[in-house]
Amino acid sequence: MDLLTYPFMLRALAGALIIGLAAPALGIYLVQRRLSLIGDGIGHVALTGVGVGLLTHQSPVLTAVLVSVAGAVAVELVRERGRTSGDLALALLFYGGIAGGVVLVGLSDDSSNASLMQYLFGSLITTSPQDIAVIAGLGAAVLIAMLVFRPALFALCNDEEYARVSGLPVRTLNLLLAVTTAVTVTIAMRTVGLLLVSALMVVPVAAAQQVTRGFRSTMTLAMLIGVCAAGAGVVLSGEIDTAPGATTVLIALAAFLLTTGIGALWHRPHRKAAPQAQAEPPDVVIHA
Amino acid sequence: MSVVEVRHLAAGYDGREILRDVDLSVASGDVVAVLGANGSGKSTLIRTILGLVPVRRGEIDLFGTAQRRFRQWSRIGYVPQRIGAGSGVPATVGEVVASGRLARRGLFRPPGAADRAAVHEALAAVGLLDRIGDPVGTLSGGQQQRTLIARALAGKPDLLVLDEPTAGVDAASQEAFAGALTEFAANGGTIMLVLHELGPLRPLIGRAVVVHDGRIAHEGVPPEPAGHHAEPGHDHVHPHADEAKAGICEWAPTEGTKAY
Repeated sequence: MDLLTYPFMLRALAGALIIGLAAPALGIYLVQRRLSLIGDGIGHVALTGVGVGLLTHQSPVLTAVLVSVAGAVAVELVRERGRTSGDLALALLFYGGIAGGVVLVGLSDDSSNASLMQYLFGSLITTSPQDIAVIAGLGAAVLIAMLVFRPALFALCNDEEYARVSGLPVRTLNLLLAVTTAVTVTIAMRTVGLLLVSALMVVPVAAAQQVTRGFRSTMTLAMLIGVCAAGAGVVLSGEIDTAPGATTVLIALAAFLLTTGIGALWHRPHRKAAPQAQAEPPDVVIHA
Repeated sequence: MSVVEVRHLAAGYDGREILRDVDLSVASGDVVAVLGANGSGKSTLIRTILGLVPVRRGEIDLFGTAQRRFRQWSRIGYVPQRIGAGSGVPATVGEVVASGRLARRGLFRPPGAADRAAVHEALAAVGLLDRIGDPVGTLSGGQQQRTLIARALAGKPDLLVLDEPTAGVDAASQEAFAGALTEFAANGGTIMLVLHELGPLRPLIGRAVVVHDGRIAHEGVPPEPAGHHAEPGHDHVHPHADEAKAGICEWAPTEGTKAY
């Protein structure tokens, strides 16, 4: 715990906690839509942005935000057009993103493997006060958007056609999700790294839904698991000298195993009780 | 007043024209069944009216306004064929039904007491109030369909549009359905529903429209029951569980029917 007296460690912790809260709040909509791996793909694209930043001596975080937003909007437009060729189009975009990133980083002055690893797997310890300001600002914006628009985003991800007939601005909401995904990926890049970003969006949601019944309770529990895993990940990685991103993801996965176990125990007596509770209507279920 | 007015409508997907030349008028308070074989275009017709399928030619007016300029979507309650694909995360019956309030409430206003009251009222109308806190995934197919009806009713629409609401639904749910729709129609609501068979909804339906090969083939009073339903002494007011299967009515033009 002595480590937390160092300012760089406190900055690392603050950044991790913000992302631990914001990533699952966004990730729940992606999981609901069965787009769990989209964050991973946008992460690949963001690496090209990092390469552009290093090559042009701009802030890599800033260029990564711009490139990954462009990538996310492109993905959304492909998804909207139709599903048939979408899968292949996404694959091309993602591999183009990571290959472009590796080449551009290699061409830059700072072409060491260490700098590539820093973005691929995260490096909290080098997080500057300016980085924390950017992470806090963008993280708060993502979190507020996800909470304020929850009813509309829930309706959209649950049934897009129904949302359209309800007169909701479906395209704007889809683009909001695409842009916030890109922003979350980029700010989480410094904490867990581009290759593990998606885990922080998806794993806490997967863990939460083992024991929850509704959307709102899943979202609340997922954010709680996310923030605890991120906090514990930073502290533990400082203590035992491991990579903070990977440590955080392993803790979130441990939470998933735990809730899966709890869920299995919980549902067993519940299922036995169910037929008695449904005794009143003689439901002839024709459709299985 | 005309609620839905369709003139010379042609529509389709991906270069394939499914509707060729459709004229249809639905007045306030009408209960219209859209019948037809699989692939006839009956679902495409209502999906085009709702703006889910692009119009190729012709015009659609909703409540007297051209569909392109229509913004009062809270006046329309849509009941799709089945619960949406986005069910990766659990959601309670109450949460799904609450989505029905969005058209009325808008994007920015948080749900209030009126929204909660409307959700309760709609769930009571379909007989699912006791399941409000249960995950939708634990419900039977018929109960999930009733949840979707409740979602549409929660917005207090003037027009209900239903796409094969009774397909593969258990008898108890079919009756709950018929009850909720009868109440909605009795309060002056307009209903358009795509059906494969009339079943327990038959007494409710004022007019049947048959779509064939992208056109309206027949329009008129609903067909008389055939087979088991036509037997003497058959009581139509209280359909029983086993009749849901037997009540598949082949449509044939009868007296009072316009044949084109």
